[in-house]
Amino acid sequence: MATPRTSPEISGMGHSMKRKEDPRFIRGRGNYVDDIQLPGMLHMDIVRSPFAHAKIKSINTERALKVPGVLAVIDGATLAKFNLHWMPTLMSDTQMVLPTEKVMYQAQEVAAVIATDRYAAADGVEAVEVDYEPLPVVIDPFKALLPGAPVLRTDKKDKKDNRIFHWEVGDKAGTDRAFAEADVVVKQDMYIPRIHVASIETCGCIADFDRVNGKLTVYMTTQAPHAIRTVFALVAGHVGLSEEKIRIVSPDIGGGFGGKVPVYPGYVIATAASVVIGKPVKWIEDRMENLQADSFARDYHIHAELAARKDGTMTALRIKTLADHGYADAAANPSKFPAGLFGIATGSYDLKHAFVEVDGVYTNKPPGGVAYRCSFRVTEAVHCIERITDVLAQELKMDPAALRMKNFIPAEKFPYKSALGWEYDSGNYPVALRKAMDIIGYEALRKEQAEKRARGEFMGIGISSFTEIVGAGPSKHFDILGLKMFDSCEIRVHPTGKAIARFGTKSQGQGHETTYAQIVAEELGIPAAHVQVEEGDTDTAPYGLGTYASRSTPVAGAAGAMAARKIREKAKKIAAHLLECSPDDLVREPGKFTVKGAPQRFKTIQEIAFAAYTNHPQGMEAGLEAVSYYDPPNLTYPFGSYICVVDIDRGTGEVKIRRFVAVDDCGNIINPMIVDGQIHGGLTMGMAPALMEEIQYDESGNISGGSFMDYLVPTSMETPAWETDKTVTPSPHHPLGAKGVGESATVGAPPAIANAVVDALAHLGVRHVEIPITPEKVWRILKEKGAAE
Amino acid sequence: MTNHKIDVTVNGARQSAEVPARLLLVHFLRENLRLTGTHIGCDTTHCGACTVLLDGQPVKSCTVLAVQAQGREVTTVEGLEKDAKLHPVQEGFWQKHGLQCGYCTPGMLMTGCALLARNKDPSEVEIREAISGNLCRCTGYVNIVKAIQYAAEKLRAQ
Amino acid sequence: MIPSAFDYHSPGTLAEAVALLSRLGEGAKVLSGGQSLLPLLKLRLGQADHLVDIGRIPGLEYIREEGGMLKIGGRTRESALELSELVRAKLPILHDTAKVIADPLVRNLATVGGNLAHGDPGNDHPATMLVLNAQVVAVGSNGERVIPIDKFFLGLFSTALQPGEILTEIRIPLPPPRSGGAYVKLERKVGDYATAAAAAQVTLGANEVFSSVGIALTNVGPTPIRCQAAQDFLYNKRPSDTAIAEAARLAGEACSPSADRRGSVEYKREMARVLAARALKKSIQRAEGR
Repeated sequence: MATPRTSPEISGMGHSMKRKEDPRFIRGRGNYVDDIQLPGMLHMDIVRSPFAHAKIKSINTERALKVPGVLAVIDGATLAKFNLHWMPTLMSDTQMVLPTEKVMYQAQEVAAVIATDRYAAADGVEAVEVDYEPLPVVIDPFKALLPGAPVLRTDKKDKKDNRIFHWEVGDKAGTDRAFAEADVVVKQDMYIPRIHVASIETCGCIADFDRVNGKLTVYMTTQAPHAIRTVFALVAGHVGLSEEKIRIVSPDIGGGFGGKVPVYPGYVIATAASVVIGKPVKWIEDRMENLQADSFARDYHIHAELAARKDGTMTALRIKTLADHGYADAAANPSKFPAGLFGIATGSYDLKHAFVEVDGVYTNKPPGGVAYRCSFRVTEAVHCIERITDVLAQELKMDPAALRMKNFIPAEKFPYKSALGWEYDSGNYPVALRKAMDIIGYEALRKEQAEKRARGEFMGIGISSFTEIVGAGPSKHFDILGLKMFDSCEIRVHPTGKAIARFGTKSQGQGHETTYAQIVAEELGIPAAHVQVEEGDTDTAPYGLGTYASRSTPVAGAAGAMAARKIREKAKKIAAHLLECSPDDLVREPGKFTVKGAPQRFKTIQEIAFAAYTNHPQGMEAGLEAVSYYDPPNLTYPFGSYICVVDIDRGTGEVKIRRFVAVDDCGNIINPMIVDGQIHGGLTMGMAPALMEEIQYDESGNISGGSFMDYLVPTSMETPAWETDKTVTPSPHHPLGAKGVGESATVGAPPAIANAVVDALAHLGVRHVEIPITPEKVWRILKEKGAAE
Repeated sequence: MTNHKIDVTVNGARQSAEVPARLLLVHFLRENLRLTGTHIGCDTTHCGACTVLLDGQPVKSCTVLAVQAQGREVTTVEGLEKDAKLHPVQEGFWQKHGLQCGYCTPGMLMTGCALLARNKDPSEVEIREAISGNLCRCTGYVNIVKAIQYAAEKLRAQ
Repeated sequence: MIPSAFDYHSPGTLAEAVALLSRLGEGAKVLSGGQSLLPLLKLRLGQADHLVDIGRIPGLEYIREEGGMLKIGGRTRESALELSELVRAKLPILHDTAKVIADPLVRNLATVGGNLAHGDPGNDHPATMLVLNAQVVAVGSNGERVIPIDKFFLGLFSTALQPGEILTEIRIPLPPPRSGGAYVKLERKVGDYATAAAAAQVTLGANEVFSSVGIALTNVGPTPIRCQAAQDFLYNKRPSDTAIAEAARLAGEACSPSADRRGSVEYKREMARVLAARALKKSIQRAEGR
């Protein structure tokens, strides 16, 4: 790791500074949405449909309104009066806020009860009587496309089927030719099941409409407060909400991971209720509502094909995917990318030809798609390429590490234009893989595996060498609902040399109050401890698109550096004024400007700051501040190599992760301690879908995995002691050379684990196992192959 | 349904209230006493975000009725510090980056505190077992283990 | 996650509790540790008009050796069982069992009596109590009675406890020398109910043959299942890999699991067999002092 350029006192890049936000959290003084109480506040709870697809014949609120404490029941008809019963999704589809005709997924919101306290609201919900007429349910996305399948979106005039979109990228003709000419072609179907991010804090809001001032304030669990504000203004402008009078406050958020990006019906209903009643309305969903109704992730049915020469050189990749989106396309993708960044599927390999197509389809399930630390479908793409790479290795009887080394994009080829159109900024894949292999003792493990195989014991080694794609993104291609995906930072330096820095992103645990301060410290030399970082209040923070898809460091972090550099330019001029020399005579060092050749003549940033208010040059504006809206020239491409060792219990099929080594490269590192923390958490959220987590639906659309009883979030006992290390390959285009890292581990881990399990069973002829790899799945394979205990 | 009069000692201070029988202890703490450090993360007694000490034992306060706490002592995360001085377990979480979003943290702190009261030098396995009723989505538990080990060392030195 | 309203009573003596339950009738439920009852009430899956909290009645939490028996108060917390040196020394199988119930936080409140009285086939103690040939002491308006464990579990969520009866004590005859037992649980994660679990308790008599065998299974039927055929098969035989394998096979055949997210019928049945073999092996090891 490079030595930091700044001292521990300044604590710029590279310091493992202890987090500035921790004091309130460790003292139980966090300020999460449910902690907030406002005078006169009411509580909202939601009536939900037990049916996946049903007409609503009637809603009887008589009993509910008699429950002590219940004040009102809001249904679709109420909202329809204000044309608020439908709303746009982030992908420009539409979804219901409350239904007027029918429900389209189990647990869909049907009505909302407003009461004086949450216990009364819960009683009210039980007392609302809804009469449903069940309709035929569409659960299987393949069946949804068959002629004669019930058309779900009857709200869309002229819609005759359940298709949402067809998206493709790459050179079909060239790819088909390469396949025709290939020595070897391997094919594999893979299903990446639906999962749910399940952050420990569920979603919720307090909507507070001030009738006197006409101002709406919404405290909300949101990762993207500005975008929400604009959406509210556009959607509810006709009922009098005007953007300058809407304030979205994202206070402390207990985990987001993408699950707190969408606009949930609960937010809109609570807002409508507050506007109508004139009192604050709090809505906090419980865990089962969260799992059953909020945005899911994955649900990709992938068919992948990989062509190669017999020496192992990969020549072409072909993928066809069916994307099950639930009843509305509410995924929070950039608008031109309905399949997100799935086009990273060529991965770390120098594939000359590739063609990828994705078809989105409606089913009777909750809407969503990218809410689980996936970088916009990169988890799906990486699982696909890393799994099929191992399938190829098996077919060619080649060691999977050797096959990867042979096909890696060489370091000299960066910036590298992939066959699917992405320009990877920098990378050095062989070094990372070799490092992982050395740390884990790869060759010795292969020996051990051979010995164990001979004794009938099952041990596997799995590799994942992934390339991530984050930092959305350049305005040319990236927008959400038309809002370009720049991000922002505004810095103001006070007379006493301290600073406040506000950003358009919103941390939900990533440590921005510390890392952003370190960026400012790096650029300006003001100690990070003296830089107050704020995010999340749309009244004060500059406009940004929020925190998800690992975009904060690449985009907002860059904005922080650029804003700081603008300040530095002015600071230099003030220093020159104070030192009575030309700015060109000055040399910048951390925290000061020194006269060239006269090191005893310098001005500290603190002295400069004071002078900005007390002794600024004539003709220059006073003050010392700047704002930057950063439009990244490219995405960034973190990468890594993970190696997983598993042992399989022949009796039960249980998979035990013996070791897991993760070597990550996220370019220049702001805070190594925080990066490690992100990797540990990401690996755990990669392991969980690989082994334990899954949401399932039966044919009638009944969910299983809709509570923590069956939705299995790993505890400390299932989670291995992760081993992490780094390589550093800076991004050439990022002002700090940093790339972002929040999701790398969730992206890279699942295929390492899946590959390890398949590797353990490969000598039995097994070439693929679907995730989650439950003990029963493994046991079935062992039984079928006559190898169970 | 009548309300019940309860007297509960919370963080050393006697609290009297009249509460319905069905009021959950976690709601009593958060809403009646405005001690919002204890959090709610699930509805099936799995996540442990609501962990408090009840007569010194870590329990899930979402699965205890306030009336059951009558005459007993409850310690919440707010009660860990003494005269604004942090408890070693709180220091450990800060020093070792044992938290990210902070939502599971109060529960982890209470469980960690109780563990260290009965085991002065817990091994990694013992720590993982002790916190196995507390879910975390952010940290992957690695640094939580280190935080509790740090606190153990600090307490042993005291 | 908010229960419907109910009334709450906190009697100070057993007699008071029994009288209350009798007076309040069907709508009254005993609140012991609350770790099974309260989750049900919070999801509004169960209904209670009255909760009778036995938490303030003295003399219901103890673990003691008396007259060749281990006697455990009905309200003894699982964590107390887990930490008890006496239990660990005299009945390792019981320590095994307590250790895998739910998670450590739940164990600080959950009680042994509650674990048995709830009649949930997913609970862990029932199978262990079966192989230990325990007795359950119940107190009701007709006084105290002792129920042998084989007569205790009647059906899904149904035990021999009459309405108005409180489970006050569990009595376990202490096994003779050359005895050993083990409880082996397969769970998807810590805190889960068993996908399947097996309890085994054996005594090796003269000539090293089994002079006593208990084998029972958790969560593979509407009640805990004593594997009579497997027990009968091993009785008077010497421990051997083939004998264990056959006994385990018989144990697997004795169960009637339901398919759910924990596994298919086939898988659970197989796991019952695998775990029964493992529990037996471990029991034999402990009986042999290894």
